[in-house]
Amino acid sequence: MIPITATAEHTATDTVPVHFKLRKLHSLFGIIPVGLFLIEHLSVNSLAATAGGERVFNAAVGVLRGLPYLIVIEILFIMIPILFHGVYGVFVTTEASVNTGAYRYGRNWMYVIQRVTGLFTFIFVVVHLWNFRIASMINPDLHVTFDLVRQHLAVTWVMVFYIAGVLASVFHFANGIWNFCVSWGITIGPRAQRASAWACAAVGLALSFIGVNALLAFVGKALIISI
Amino acid sequence: MANEKSIILKIQRQPGPDKASFWETFEIPYRKNMNVISALMEIQANPVNAQNKRTTPVAWECSCLEEVCGACSMRINGRTQQACSALIDELEHPIVLQPMAKFPVVRDLHVDRSRMFEDLKRVRAWIDIDGTHAAGPGPLISPHRQALMYILSRCMTCGCCLDACPQVNSRSPFIGPSAISQARLFNMHPTGAMHKDLRLRALMGPGGVTDCGNAQNCIHACPKNIPLTDSIADICRQTTRLALFGSLRK
Repeated sequence: MIPITATAEHTATDTVPVHFKLRKLHSLFGIIPVGLFLIEHLSVNSLAATAGGERVFNAAVGVLRGLPYLIVIEILFIMIPILFHGVYGVFVTTEASVNTGAYRYGRNWMYVIQRVTGLFTFIFVVVHLWNFRIASMINPDLHVTFDLVRQHLAVTWVMVFYIAGVLASVFHFANGIWNFCVSWGITIGPRAQRASAWACAAVGLALSFIGVNALLAFVGKALIISI
Repeated sequence: MANEKSIILKIQRQPGPDKASFWETFEIPYRKNMNVISALMEIQANPVNAQNKRTTPVAWECSCLEEVCGACSMRINGRTQQACSALIDELEHPIVLQPMAKFPVVRDLHVDRSRMFEDLKRVRAWIDIDGTHAAGPGPLISPHRQALMYILSRCMTCGCCLDACPQVNSRSPFIGPSAISQARLFNMHPTGAMHKDLRLRALMGPGGVTDCGNAQNCIHACPKNIPLTDSIADICRQTTRLALFGSLRK
């Protein structure tokens, strides 16, 4: 039998390293549940871009507010994953550097944009939560309705900020799916990675349109209204 | 294109490890078929800068002069490659030479790449054979697998992939693409596979394969055309499988 002459740093321990767990959890949380929540959120927003508009949107918000165990769902499946993904993501970003000047490849740009959109989305989510969720917690008389959103988005720079926020978070999510497929070892070769890049681009474009169209619908400027 | 009479070299110099760096320009006579090494040898023979002032000769490292040893890696016009295979006729002028930025500078263009050797030790980039008895011919390896292993084995630890990687920097402990690819190579070997988990666990800690940011510059920077991004994703698969199914066995 060959003796294993492992020195201290080579010694295998039976447990999965904490670092590995944190990185994998960060990657997973970006898709489930945060990414899924993003899809759900943009879908509900899109009710504003229907023929029913204000009435349908307010009814849906009412249903969501009336969900049983809402506070548990919010904390466990939305708050904690977003907080972990965001805070750990900022830490990951501190280990990055930019060299797109010398290496002008698409993936190298995506690497930079992934981090920029991540940081921007973090700020956007904090502002957005403050405007709606926390504001309505502090002031019980304030209800998140179509009209409240309309008032916010009627201000041009707020609309611009929200469009930027939606586009940043959608890009970060779509490119994040591509990254997820690599870092979990799903797509290995260049062909598989190219195929997943097209699929992620399709997801990104579709969600961008849905998200921006919904924002515009609140101020009566939707590009498409579904009947 | 180069002036038919002379070549301008702009070189980032540094007298010693803890010294400040500075730029010095040289003008050397043009000859046919020069590479960056022969241009540097010209300076070595006559260390006079473009201002006609006598200076110290520029230090650099080189050995094989045929792009198989990796010693002469440096930044040429911003991108890292071997100086021996960087032909003067194919480069943009003036030619800017810098040491690789991800390694400690010893002097001028000469850097200390010993971290790469430490990284190879960390991922156990060897096959364990104690040599006390004849172990026989060993298991067969299919020609298809041999072909891939051969490509991976061409890594010369030159440092190009580390220098091109945005995740490798002073703020990050990332091990870089080459050692990850070597872990894949030795995990592919039937005897090496006996220590597969040790290599994977070394790459699951801080600075391991999880720290890759998928910028994928490495695959463009590698002078040996090693499929580094495949290696990284393959090690991602191996570590994911070990973490998920290794834990679930217990």
